[in-house]
This record gives sequence, C-alpha cells and structure tokens, in this order.
Amino acid sequence: MKIIGYVCSHAGYPAADLAGELGLHYSPEVVLVRLPCLGRLDVLHLLKDFRQGTDAVFIAGCLEGNCHHHYGNFEARKRIDQAKGILDSLGLDGKRIELFHVASNQGPRFKEIADIMVERARQIGPNPLGGA
Amino acid sequence: MIIGEQKPLKEICSMLEGHKRILVAGCRSCVAICLAGGEKEVGVLSESLRLHSDLNGKGWEVLELTTERQCEKEWVAEIKDLVAECDAVVSIACGVGAQTIQAMYPTVRVLPGLNTSNMGAPEEPGVFIEKCGGCGDCVLHLTGGICPIVRCAKSMLNGPCGGSQNGMCEIGQETPCAWDQIYRSLKQLGRLDLLERPIPPKNWVPSRSGGPRKIVRPEAMMTKEEKEARE
Repeated sequence: MKIIGYVCSHAGYPAADLAGELGLHYSPEVVLVRLPCLGRLDVLHLLKDFRQGTDAVFIAGCLEGNCHHHYGNFEARKRIDQAKGILDSLGLDGKRIELFHVASNQGPRFKEIADIMVERARQIGPNPLGGA
Repeated sequence: MIIGEQKPLKEICSMLEGHKRILVAGCRSCVAICLAGGEKEVGVLSESLRLHSDLNGKGWEVLELTTERQCEKEWVAEIKDLVAECDAVVSIACGVGAQTIQAMYPTVRVLPGLNTSNMGAPEEPGVFIEKCGGCGDCVLHLTGGICPIVRCAKSMLNGPCGGSQNGMCEIGQETPCAWDQIYRSLKQLGRLDLLERPIPPKNWVPSRSGGPRKIVRPEAMMTKEEKEARE
C-alpha cells in the first residue's frame, strides 16, 4: 500500500513530529508531504497521486477556525470534495481521500489518522494503477 | 460575460471513445472567470481524462492548451500546430469558442466540454447569475438598470405579476422578483414616474426569432483595397 499524507506546517506536521518523538508507531507505507498551509493543496496534486498509483491520501491540517492562515483549511475542504467527486465518477472511490483536522499537540491523534487511512486503503483495495 | 459549466466527466469520456490523441483547449476569457474553462480547469480535466484512460486502458494522449480568447480567429490560428497533432479537441470554452476551432480546423473533431448557459455576472465567489437575455432591444433605461426580459421569469415588460410575494418570485424562494427590484431601483433613482408609463410592446425582430444575428460595422470592415494591401 502507498498512502500519502499532506500535512500543513503549523498543525499536521508538528503533530506527526510529536508522534515520532513519543515513539508512536504507524505504518511505513505512509509518506508525508509538508505544505506551508492546506490552502496550497491543489486538486491536481491529488489526481496526480492516484495516477501514479497511490492507494489513499489523507490531508491533515489545523482545526477548523484555527488555521494559521485563517481559511486555508476551508479552501482545502472544497478542493478535496472536488477531487472526491472526480474519483467517484471515475470509479476509483472518493473515500480514498480524507481530510482530518488536528492540533500540533495531538501526536496520538496523528497516529490514529494514519492508521485509519491505512485500514481504509486495505478495505477499498489497491489502486488498479499501483503497478504502473 | 458568458457563463458555462463543465459537462459531467462521464459524458466527456464517452464522447472521446475512439479517439487517441486529444487536446483539451481552454479559454482565458469568460469561462475562466466562471471557473469552467480556464487554465486551471484545463489542467484538472486533462488529468482526470488521463486517469480515466490509464484506469481503462484507453491509451489516450492528452495535451493541454489555453488560448487567450477562443472565439477569435487570430488567437485560434496560433494553435494550428498543436491541433494538427490531435484527432480530437475537447473545447472547454463556450460554444462560440468550440465552433471557432471547428470552423478553422474542419478535419479535426471538436467536442464540447462545457454546457454554455447564459450571459451573466459573478454575484459572489462561485455564484453566477444570468443578467442579460441578448434581446437586441435594450430597455434598461426604463427599468432602473434591471433586465425584465431575463430576470423576470415571465419576461414581463409591465410587472409585477400576481406571483410576486415579499420581493420574491413564485418560481422559487431563491429568485428575487425582477419587478420588485425594478421598483426599488427606480425609487432610489427618484424615477418612479417611469412606472406610470406603460412600456409598449417590444420590438422582438432583433431577438432570436430571425435566425443567427449579424452585426456589421462598416467603419471596422476591411475594404477590398485594404485586403489586397495586407496580402
């Protein structure tokens, strides 16, 4: 399985960092991509990921109303919904993408998110383009 | 500006059956503003088509391009080389743009990726409302700058009708009554007197009933001598 996690610099990444410092283990199948803010996330990023065989993508950023850049996570939500719709219409299952909100001091929650997405990817099954 | 919205992805994919090398052509004008066919949307649609192709073994090669204005021959002429490499063009400009490409490149199949809807304006981010019916005989000077032809569900020239309730139209609670808006606008302008004069039956000759309309501006046309000089 290949799972990509987009994390913002102000909450998602510090939470992942804290999970590491706490010695919390999550699957090595999860690869993190650090963004300055979830507002930087683009539908194209997500579509390209799946075209390159990614099985699931999660996006972890600031809690709602607590975005360091005020509304980056709200922007991201709209783009994620758009990408989910595209995956659904292509028969790839929009549930392969999920947005999570996390605070920088929630290391255990970050591990939980990674576990949820690994489990979800296994349930949905591998991306047919995974071998590409 | 012209408002359009993208066709469902499945419909676009089914139109492309049998084609191999596909150009997705957008336009940086109206459809970019209404977030339906600009550079950004070209990128997303192209990637979606590639994903569909990979998932279903279609073997499509999808190219991308966004012209400055797809409705003008001068801009469309610039994409000649790219169009020549393709066997289909998905135009996500308005219907005018798609027709311009087809007219200039008659041997390549041009497919509409958008449903062109109306002439309107952005009301707020992501919301676009029809504002002009293009009737060819404007009466905005009599109606406080609000078009009764397209903003009134019945296109009434002397409204409102009995379906106007609390400023809203009977067709739906989200649709303001155009004649209520006209009244408020004329009141603000201090020209309620205009409401006392019935608007006479409108001249519909310049509207759509006479086939495709053509506007000629002699001062802008090239004379035979000019054409020869340019050649």
